[in-house]
Amino acid sequence: MTALIQGATGDWEMVIGLEVHAQVTSAAKLFSGAANAFGGEPNTRVSLVDAAMPGMLPVINGYCIEQAVRTGLALKAKINLTSVFDRKNYFYPDLPQGYQISQFTQPIVGTGEVVLDMEDGTERRVGITRLHLEQDAGKSLHDQAPKLTYVDLNRSGVALMEIVSEPDIRSPEEAAAYLTKLRSILRYLGTCDGNMEEGSMRADVNVSVRRPGGALGTRCEIKNVNSIRFVQQAIVVEAARQVALIEDGGKVVQETRLFDPEAGVTRVMRSKEESHDYRYFPDPDLLPLELDADWVASIKAGLPELPDEKRARFMDGYGLSPYDASVLVAERETAEFFETVAQGRDGKVAANWVMGELFGLLNRQGRAMADSPVGPVELGGLIDLIADGTLSNRLAKEVFEEMAASGKPAAAVVEEKGLRQITDSGAIEAEVDKVIAAGPDQVAQFKAGNEKVLGWFVGRVMQATGGKANPAAVNEILRKKLSE
Amino acid sequence: MAAAALTGLTIAEARDGLLAKDFSARELAEAHIGAMEAGRGLNAFLTETPERALAGAQEADRRIAAGEARGLEGVPLGIKDLFCTEGVATTAASRILQGFTPPYESTVTRNLWDAGAVMLGKTNLDEFAMGSSNTTSHFGPVENPWRRKGDNRPLVPGGSSGGSAAAVAAHLCAGATGTDTGGSIRQPAAFCGVVGLKPTYGRCSRYGIVAFASSLDQAGPITKTVRDAAILLRHMAGFDARDSTSVEREVPDFEAALSRPLKGLRVGIPKEYRVDGMDPEIDALWQKGIGWLEEAGLEAVEIGLPHTQYALPVYYILAPAEASSNLARYDGVRYGHRAEGGGDLLEMYEATRGEGFGAEVRRRIMIGTYVLSAGYYDAYYLKAQKVRTLIARDFAAAFEAVDVILTPTAPGAAFAIGEKEDDPISMYLNDVFTVPASLAGLPGISVPAGTDGDGLPLGLQLMAPSFDEETMIAAAAAIEARAGFDGAAAAGGA
Amino acid sequence: MSLDKATVARIAALARIRVAEDELDGLARELSNILGWIEQLDAVDTSGVPPMSRAADQKLRWREDVVDDGGIGEKILANAPAAKDGFFTVPKVIE
Repeated sequence: MTALIQGATGDWEMVIGLEVHAQVTSAAKLFSGAANAFGGEPNTRVSLVDAAMPGMLPVINGYCIEQAVRTGLALKAKINLTSVFDRKNYFYPDLPQGYQISQFTQPIVGTGEVVLDMEDGTERRVGITRLHLEQDAGKSLHDQAPKLTYVDLNRSGVALMEIVSEPDIRSPEEAAAYLTKLRSILRYLGTCDGNMEEGSMRADVNVSVRRPGGALGTRCEIKNVNSIRFVQQAIVVEAARQVALIEDGGKVVQETRLFDPEAGVTRVMRSKEESHDYRYFPDPDLLPLELDADWVASIKAGLPELPDEKRARFMDGYGLSPYDASVLVAERETAEFFETVAQGRDGKVAANWVMGELFGLLNRQGRAMADSPVGPVELGGLIDLIADGTLSNRLAKEVFEEMAASGKPAAAVVEEKGLRQITDSGAIEAEVDKVIAAGPDQVAQFKAGNEKVLGWFVGRVMQATGGKANPAAVNEILRKKLSE
Repeated sequence: MAAAALTGLTIAEARDGLLAKDFSARELAEAHIGAMEAGRGLNAFLTETPERALAGAQEADRRIAAGEARGLEGVPLGIKDLFCTEGVATTAASRILQGFTPPYESTVTRNLWDAGAVMLGKTNLDEFAMGSSNTTSHFGPVENPWRRKGDNRPLVPGGSSGGSAAAVAAHLCAGATGTDTGGSIRQPAAFCGVVGLKPTYGRCSRYGIVAFASSLDQAGPITKTVRDAAILLRHMAGFDARDSTSVEREVPDFEAALSRPLKGLRVGIPKEYRVDGMDPEIDALWQKGIGWLEEAGLEAVEIGLPHTQYALPVYYILAPAEASSNLARYDGVRYGHRAEGGGDLLEMYEATRGEGFGAEVRRRIMIGTYVLSAGYYDAYYLKAQKVRTLIARDFAAAFEAVDVILTPTAPGAAFAIGEKEDDPISMYLNDVFTVPASLAGLPGISVPAGTDGDGLPLGLQLMAPSFDEETMIAAAAAIEARAGFDGAAAAGGA
Repeated sequence: MSLDKATVARIAALARIRVAEDELDGLARELSNILGWIEQLDAVDTSGVPPMSRAADQKLRWREDVVDDGGIGEKILANAPAAKDGFFTVPKVIE
């Protein structure tokens, strides 16, 4: 699914790799006991260690190690039983130690992969180069005062998993699919909340362009893009910039850029212009991290069912199409909702209702699955009323809207509003007789062989019964009477 | 008791005298406060905390009266100004920490206060513990209380724990803490005629000690006697969950180890320590030391530590490399000195660090930055780490055959302030005998064993396998008992 | 290894230490001497020898994931050379 860019001199292919920083959902920070929480008064979620006071030392949070291993296993990746924490040295006001504790040569997780289910039903595989644990920096605010930058260390030392992809991505859509899938996996695991708005998941996007199948071009890194939509936009404008630059006879310079969504451009980051020399070396305050193979195996055994496995099961067990299955498994809550609805019912019907009426309702109301006004048990009850003939599909939609508005179960709505489908053939026959009597012309047309006119009779009967007549029964009785 | 008699007491004697109520903790503290004030000329203390000492003494007297005395109840100590002390300025003898008052206490000093010790003040040191003469302190050099016979030129106390060693030698405090990265406890102890003990890496917590080189730094005691070193170490050491390199191990009763039988043990004499052009007086003292240990029942065995000559260059790669990173936090943002004069962030950083660090610290940060920089890491840093492995293996092999190793502590006696200043390498050579144990993480102790022709003290060093400080202490006591070294000379006159 | 002035200036910039122009030559000489002395390590055969980065021979201990620190904003800021509204402040950084 390579999306080519038509340049003035021919086609260009985008080569994209993503570095995702996923904040671990731990209670405390990676190397200190201060709280890992979003927001808060400045410098209140900071320990002496996070502020790099003289003589302060890091002690690693075991929970964060476990979450990195779980994530690695979910990415079908190699878990390195020995890994090492290194110092990445550079100066910045929100980096109190003057170095970031990270993992450079020996990360905790090695190569893995993410499978993307594209909308056209195809599958793409994106390689994972590595996952490592590292500290987040604090926050610099540049807009609080004209001549000062304000520094808040609340985020300093928060645990991040940096997940690095291979440059296997070839289009903005694939980049979006990758991020969506990765976020889905992280949320299934509960290792990261995937909230890009709050910055608990951030992406650095590496973009280069080349002639299709040709040698790799020079890449630029777009730092800290904070939504999937912006990632797509940033790729589009950065690739276009590079193509235009090259076609004008220029050369792409490897540099770090920022995406400005308002202007719709990427700009070179001034503070990162100087050449980097991070002088990585093993942090002598920490010992090598050693994991026990049995422990890793027990972590693996305890993993939840992940999106890919669930999708396969939904296709097998419920007869869903690959696309429907991947939509339903994208969020753990949706998958669980669907399974509750589908339990003991027709899976395809359940999928249609969840993806149709329910998604439509949630969309209109701007709600998440967890706040759905109609619960899975209630939706199941509604589907049961269709199955047993109490409701037609049309009526069921009406009942569904009422359920959403009132919060009442389907059966109660049906009772209160008298929306029960009329299946009693006597009552339907009486209405049919009236309609036939009222439409001699139409009767004549039908008898002359115009089948389409049947619709007119059905419509009239449904109108007269307030839509409650069972459409199949109406059809059958009409045909019988009209043929008499 | 007269003040001079009180300040002349060892920690063991002070402890016993307090318990016997021969004198009060208050009297003991006052005597030392007086000595500290009278000894200001040595520049051994950077900060004096007499109120704290007196408050501690009051509590000590209460506890002694109540029969609740702890192990170091009322013992007045000097604390190297590299240990963060809550509410008391901590400078690391650097301008860059000007105005810094830690809101926290280092684990080692916390342990000492919990054992009843009282703080007299913070002692001078080489800036960030980088030096072997205490001349790199931003607050001026410390004078060794010893003088050459017939020569009144002030001498260096050694370094980096020079203030602690000078203060103990001059009887300004009953004992002191030091830190040792490549010899910073043992070498000044030798220069000042006192005992300095660097325990096994991991024995004392590094939490709250201003870091120089994290994989080498260890706290330890500087005292008048081996027994005092044993007593003080016991109350400094201990597992600390806040230091990932702290070792989870029981702290033995080191004092009890003094009376361990030594008969049948073997002392290794490494032939590589007999360096070219070795001072004959040092060599003679070393031979005496071997004799004393033989007298005590040990068998002397020549051993090989073939990579000894590489220890110093390894150290002068690894320690600066770690330091260049450890000292990156002194950036003028959160504490300490910030250069005046506006300018942008880069100018603020460069001016702050340029004027905040002294020449030796700048030199080491730059060496460390260089050896870690792209393209040089493998040739310098990685190479040094590999040679460090070989040095550690040398010791491991040697300790298959021997129980302790005996060497001189330093290649010479104390030199005059100003000597060796112009050549960093000749200064670095002071640590030639102490650095190997630091690299291997092994315990080492310097015991004053005699004097040179100028009447200056010389020390002998014992090293032992990891976590066998007890055997080392027992052997050190055997040397001490036979050397008959008199340290009082320093306290009295000079 | 002999360091030239430009290299010394680059190291000083990396280390964020201001070195006056007239100090560069002297510093280059000093650092070159030290590096030259250090290079005696080249004589050691280290093939197959693993690097030793830590003296402690033990496993890395893990802490529990509990919040037992923080909430000490005053202590964090107490020593700050410059602070405002609970933030540390530095000369403005342009991204």
